[in-house]
Order: sequence, then structure tokens, then C-alpha cells
Amino acid sequence: MLLVLEEVKKSFPLPDGSRLEILDIPFFALDAGEQVVLVGESGSGKTTLLHIISGISRPDSGSVRLDGWDITLLSEADCDRFRAKRIGYVFQTFNLLPGFTALENVLISMYFADGRPERARARQLLERVGLGHRLNHKPPMLSVGEQQRVALARALANRPQLILADEPTANVDVGNQQIIIDLLRETCREEGAALLLVTHSPEVARQFPRIERLEHLNRLGKREVQQTV
Amino acid sequence: MNLWKIAWRSIQQRSVASWLTAISVGLGVALIVAVLVVHRVVDHSFRRGAQGYDLIVGAKGSALQLVLDTVFYLGQPVDLIPFSYYREFVEGRFVPAVRVAIPICTGHDYKGFRCVATVPDMFERLTYLDNREFRFQEGRNFYPENYFEAVAGYMAARKLKLEVGQEIRPTGYGEAGSKAREDEPFTIVGILEPTGTPIDRAIFLNLEGFFRCKSHQHGPSYEETLLKESEFRVTDTALGEQSSKSESTAEPSPSEDRSTNGAGKDLSARDPQDTGHGTEADHHCEHHEEGALEDESRRLSAILIVSDIENNPQLAMALPRIVNEEPVAQAVAPAKVIAELFDGIVGNVQRVLLILAVLVVIVAGIGITVSIYNSMSERQHEIAIMRALGASRGTVMAIILLESILLALGGGLLGVLMGHSLVGLLSPTIAEHTGVIVSGLDFQLAELILIPGLIALATVVGYLPAVMAYRTDVAKALIAAP
Repeated sequence: MLLVLEEVKKSFPLPDGSRLEILDIPFFALDAGEQVVLVGESGSGKTTLLHIISGISRPDSGSVRLDGWDITLLSEADCDRFRAKRIGYVFQTFNLLPGFTALENVLISMYFADGRPERARARQLLERVGLGHRLNHKPPMLSVGEQQRVALARALANRPQLILADEPTANVDVGNQQIIIDLLRETCREEGAALLLVTHSPEVARQFPRIERLEHLNRLGKREVQQTV
Repeated sequence: MNLWKIAWRSIQQRSVASWLTAISVGLGVALIVAVLVVHRVVDHSFRRGAQGYDLIVGAKGSALQLVLDTVFYLGQPVDLIPFSYYREFVEGRFVPAVRVAIPICTGHDYKGFRCVATVPDMFERLTYLDNREFRFQEGRNFYPENYFEAVAGYMAARKLKLEVGQEIRPTGYGEAGSKAREDEPFTIVGILEPTGTPIDRAIFLNLEGFFRCKSHQHGPSYEETLLKESEFRVTDTALGEQSSKSESTAEPSPSEDRSTNGAGKDLSARDPQDTGHGTEADHHCEHHEEGALEDESRRLSAILIVSDIENNPQLAMALPRIVNEEPVAQAVAPAKVIAELFDGIVGNVQRVLLILAVLVVIVAGIGITVSIYNSMSERQHEIAIMRALGASRGTVMAIILLESILLALGGGLLGVLMGHSLVGLLSPTIAEHTGVIVSGLDFQLAELILIPGLIALATVVGYLPAVMAYRTDVAKALIAAP
């Protein structure tokens, strides 16, 4: 298996000194090249889970293994490098660097991974997502759909094993939503990357062969659901 | 793509704030550059003022005053020395130690520009700067036998709009501008090319004509001359009487020696028919020119000496000591006095200016901190994106420091350009008021210190925002709206 989470717990401190427990996931796994959609209520911890998988946040306990490497045991600097090389991240708000062109946004991701940006690959990826004519345009000059396509090309830049997509169509107009999802799935397939996509959209979720509800993965979520019922 | 480019793009993104910050650094650097350039040029001008001769012999008293008067034509002469002492250098016991001896007499001016009485050898046997020979932009050097000829320095001629053939009436000691004290007219026969030395700002009179002016036939010293001012006025109307009176009171034992070289020889050999210039001058000094002037009626402010180090090094080296041991005069090495003057006074002023300029740069450096620090809140999100893409804490810290360094270096470059442009723009004014020729292209080696200095400053002032970048909470900043 490509990704394995075991007994992952995460909580945040509250102003009164107590802690708010967000995640308590006994087990979650993903195969190489697999495409999984993760759904859940707002505030249920989906983004926090993606942050933990990518190493941006550390869990309070448990292990997160990607391709056999437990990223919770890596130093912060090693974790940064590991993330840059093996994980691509597509954000809900695109998170492109506004001062850089579309091409540079892809190149900068390569630079942070190993210091060797491949200009040809960056161009090829942008052409693949239909932005061959927009290479030197900065984000403010691109439509939201185009910005998300740049973000997709950037996520694929370092040939990652895993793409994490956090509600990638939430800020995209309806006409572009399906285009983005199709591009995401196709390019991940072409690059051999697994895809874990978070969405609120049932239409998007239905297109994936495997749908996971965070409430089902999360012990805390189950309790909450049971209490609600 | 590299860290420099990433930092540069961040600067471009905040172009207005970046420009303002760079300009504030640039202003400080421009000030430093201007101070360095002007200091260097002034220092050079000061020190090269006395090049061409290595010793000044003048009356005993302040060595500094002697140098200021003789080299820079500033202040008043210390006192006068007898002409007979000059003869010691051209035909007496000091001859073996001397290659060139030029007598000069200062203390007169013409419309604010100093008049220096000397001999033609001043421009024929002396050199300036690195052995450069004096050249005439217009006309020629004055002839020894044409007593009332004069040569103007480049700046003096330009400022006073002097032309060859024009007559000038230098003003005597004190009471500048007073008609009653004006000397006989001298005719400008040549205008020197610019030399970049105080010579540019002076007018040079034929020493023989100078001695023959009525105002110099009286007292042996400046003080005595002043005391006898009333006598001058009386005699001004009765030239013949004045001459005999002055000779009988101040110069009781005229000399008939006509065999001297240099000034004295020229004077004795002078034929009034050969002057070839205005008769008015002759008219004014008619009674003086009829006979040879005795040594006692001539006094000098100083003698410029070029020692004969090559042929007689021991005596040449001993000359200053011998002169100083005697009661008549002092011998001063101008380079040493100028160095002391510059290091002691001008150097301190320059240091104060430099310290002020450095403070301006430091304040501008703090401006860099403020500029980057203020942008940090909006940049937290951007930094978080870079971290999410794999940039380490050290990398984002380096980007901020490089941004600070680029701003400082960019501002520094701007400052160097502004500083040199400022010097270039001010150079005509500086030259006009001081005679010092400054060029905007005078780059100083000391300016190279600015590069490591600015990098160090930028590193210090960029540290605080860099640490902020280092401490960015990625997860929190990513969730926060951009």
C-alpha cells in the first residue's frame, strides 16, 4: 500500500487550556495509483487530515507511512523535502504565488523539491492542462478555472506518488468544475499518482470508485454522529 | 529559478514600497559617495597644490600661515624677507643645494583674486602635478623686461572675463577696492590653461613691475607699509618727491648691484623702450624705472625652492635645517604642513560628515525592516504556500534576507549613481567657488566598502522579518484567507 495511517490522533488547544480533539483515525490506507474521494461535514477535520498526510501538521500520535516512510518520524526539514518530492497538493483557493507567472509557479515547486527546475516538463504540464498559451501570465491575469489548472500542473511537477486535492472545485464555476475533475483524474492516471480528493459535492464524489466518509474513519466523528442521531 | 529570483519577484510584487525603501537607502549612500568623492578630490587638490617644489622659504613665524599664503593664496603673508636672502639661493652659498628658486610676493588682489608677483621662471622652470608643464591657453608668459605684464590663472580669467591685452589695477595691502590704494596697471599678456591647482585662481604679476609700483617703495614690512599709508597718499600727487623721500627714509643705502640673475638681473637690464605695452603704466612708475632698484627696496613673501636632491643630496637635505637655524627666514616643507592641516582639520570635518551619512544609511536600513516587516502579515500566506510546496524554514528565511540585501544593494547602486550625478552637477559650482575641479566620474576605491557594508546592514535589518518568516505556522496561514 502506498499510504497507511494508523491510530492517528490530532487535537488543538483551546483558550481555556483544554484541547479540542479533531481526529482519531484507527486506520486508513490507499493503494498506489488509487483514486479516492473523502467527504465529510464542514469542520469535521478533512483539511487537517490532508495536512497531517502531507506533513504540514504533525499528529499528536499515530503513524503516517507513505511508501514505507513514516513521515511523523522525519525531521521537519526532511519532511519538507519528502513532501516536495512525493506529494502534490491542490488547494481549494489555488494558492498560486501572485508575483510569479504560470510557468514560474510550476518551476518554483520543482526548485523547492531538488533545486533543479525542468523547464521543458513545466511547459509540457501546462500545455497538458490547456495553458500552453498562458505560460507567462501571472495569476491575477488568469480566470479561476485557469488558476486551478496551473495549481494542478504545479502539484504534478515533481512526479509525486500522491496528489492531495482539498475541494479543488469549490471556488470554480460550474462549467469548469467537471473539466478540473476530469483533468485531475486523467493526469494523475497518466503520471501514476494516487489521488485523495476532498469534496462536498455529491456529483464529484459519485465519479470516484471509492468514497470515504470522514465520520466513518474518525472515531470522534462516529461518536458525534451517534450523539446527533 | 533560484532564491535570488524568488526574492526579486517578491520585491517586484511590492514595487512602490520597494522603490521608496531603495530610494531612502540610495539617498544615504549618495551622501556617503558625495562625501567620499569630494573629500578625495579636495584632499588631492590640497596635497597637489604644492607639487612642483619641495621647500618654501619665508619669514619666520607660522609655518601654516606661510604655506596657506604661498601655496593656496589664502590669508596674509607672515612677513617679508629681504631680497638679498633670495640671492643666497641663486648666486650665493645655497646654490649647490638648489635647482630652482622662484621669488614671490603676495598680498595684492584684483577684484577678489589674489595677485602674486613673481618671475617668468615660475611657469618655465616649475611644473605642477606630475611634472606637467604650464601651458598658455591664450597669449604668452610675461617677459622679464616688460615690467607691467601679467598672466592670469584659468579660473581668475574666466571669472573676471579677463582678456589678453586688458589692463588691470591690483589693489594694495588692506582696503581692498580703495581707489587710493590701487597700483599701477598691469597688462594681461597670457591666460594659463587650467591646472586644477590654486594657480588657476590667481593673477601673476611681473615681480619687477610689482617692486616698481609706488606702494612698494616704502616700508620694509607689511606693518610698516600700513603705518605709512598717509605718506603714500601724499606722495601719490608728487611722485618725484615721494621717490626720494622713501629712499631717504626706508631705504637709506641703495645698492648698485646689477649683476644678479633672475629677478634682479632682469630688472637691471630692463630697457624702458622694450616694454611694448601701454604708456600709462610707464607713466605711473616713471620715476622708479629710471634707475635700478636696490635690494633693500625689494622684499619677498617667499621663495619656492626645488632642491637639487639628485646632484647634491646631502646639502639639499640639510638646507631646511640651515635656513631654520639662521635668524632671517624659515624653510618649510609644504607637503608636510598640508598633510597636517588636512588630517587635523579637513579630515575631521570629513569624518563627521561621513558619520552623519552612515547614520542616514542606517536609518534607511531600518526603513527596510519596516517595509518588509509591514508586508509580512500579508505575506504569511505566501510563505505558507512556499512551505507547503516544500521550502524549508531556512529557505524562506533566506528569501527574506536576500530580499533585504537586494533592496539595500539596489538602493546602494541607485545611491552611487545619484551621488556621482550630484557631484557632477555640483562640479561647476565647486570649481567656481573653490577652484577644485571635481568630476562626477571620480570613483573612489573606498566606495567598494559600501558593498559588504550594505550586505551586512541588510542582513541585520532583514533578520527580524526573516525570523517571522521562519516561524510562520504553515497550516494556520494556509487556512487563513490570502
